[in-house]
Amino acid sequence: MNKESAAALKGKKKQILENWMANQLKDAALRDDLMSVSELQQQSEEFLSTLLKAFASPNAEDTDSAGYESIHDILSEISITRARQGFSPRETSAYILSLKEVLSQVLEDRFKDETAILYREIISMNKIMDSLSLVTMETYIKGREEVILRQTNEMSEISTPVIRVWEGILALPIIGTLDSARTQVVMEALLEEIVATGSRIAILDISGVPTVDSLVAQHLIKTVSAARLMGAECIISGIRAEIAQTIVHLGIDLTNIYTKATLASALKMSFSMLSIQVSKAAQNGPVGSKQNFGF
Amino acid sequence: MIVISKEKLTIQKEQDVVLFRNRIKELATKIGMSLVNQTKLITAASELVRNMLRYGGGGITHLEIVSKNSIPGVRLIFVDEGPGIKDITLAMKDGYSTGKSLGLGLPGAKRLVNEFDLKSEPGKGTTVTIIRWKNGL
Ligand SMILES: Nc1ncnc2c1ncn2[C@@H]1O[C@H](COP(=O)(O)OP(=O)(O)O)[C@@H](O)[C@H]1O
Ligand SMILES: [Mg+2]
Repeated sequence: MNKESAAALKGKKKQILENWMANQLKDAALRDDLMSVSELQQQSEEFLSTLLKAFASPNAEDTDSAGYESIHDILSEISITRARQGFSPRETSAYILSLKEVLSQVLEDRFKDETAILYREIISMNKIMDSLSLVTMETYIKGREEVILRQTNEMSEISTPVIRVWEGILALPIIGTLDSARTQVVMEALLEEIVATGSRIAILDISGVPTVDSLVAQHLIKTVSAARLMGAECIISGIRAEIAQTIVHLGIDLTNIYTKATLASALKMSFSMLSIQVSKAAQNGPVGSKQNFGF
Repeated sequence: MIVISKEKLTIQKEQDVVLFRNRIKELATKIGMSLVNQTKLITAASELVRNMLRYGGGGITHLEIVSKNSIPGVRLIFVDEGPGIKDITLAMKDGYSTGKSLGLGLPGAKRLVNEFDLKSEPGKGTTVTIIRWKNGL
């Protein structure tokens, strides 16, 4: 980018900012629920000033040069914030793209009688803006990944309830992937509950675990051993047919562990282990009256 | 054998495992693989991708739909540039593990798929290729 372009752009700064803001606001996708107009104005002004300064530096076309350092910082900040706030990729890249449009217009006006120069300067400006646009996208994706990671961590904490299904019987529905961190959480919650309730049986239901590989199996076996040390026996339930077949091929030995296909059959097994008898009450009331379920 | 579709997924962290397994499920479903075969394939893949993360320091997986004699299948290739495996025969033994785990990943994965190929060079890395055919036993 040559000196005349940089100077022309700098001279038109106020107008550029105005048009750029108008462009951004006219974009129906801009979310005023996510950011106020005055915030946007301030952010845009700061960015534009820094950018125009970089344009005037000797190697303006090299966006990795020192002049662009603070631009990268501002841009990263903007993209990360937008990613966290839930802006879409389109909304985020529109920030740079809408500015590009305005800059093109100023250059066109400045060099309207010098087509060759105009052509060269537009290409040069485009090159810079495109490379900045890539920075936006890269940081945007990083920001989204952070959000996803945080959500994953939150999920692993909330989705491990220990349920007291009966006097002396706990049930632990495991949903999702049982990785090392998750197992730790599950195991601690279970052991605490065994101690607190003096339960003698814990049912680990894995209906909601999509893949049981040797790592998951190892975690299950570890949990069962720990529960045994606390004086509680475990039953693993919810082993679907295809998982049962796969476990056998993998070579995992579950012969020392009670396993059941369904939570209901595990519960039945627990009753007999604890010598609890549950039976249907004789129906002697009139039909339609409140029934005694024997609980 | 012809390759009908192929894609790549980089594996660098624990979270990538879930994404990878879900993608395999989509491919297997696309070719109409039965639930049992899908589960076997995904479990084998899960073992290999975990090994890649744990021992190989992460790597790249290639997911392909292939076809032989007009029977479709899913081929997965796991490439890492980790330390490699010195004694492959030993690593393929049930119960052998240098990581205090069950030592069933490699031998188990082999039993769960129709084709299994392991190449490794100490200091260079490890490449494992598996195929599960739509109707393979
Ligand atoms: N990608 C790899 N790179 C280096 N070493 C590996 C790799 N995959 C497996 N190994 C070696 O082979 C051994 C056996 O692997 P595996 O059967 O999956 O059992 P486990 O993962 O329980 O150790 C591992 O302990 C490790 O030493
Ligand atoms: Mg393994």
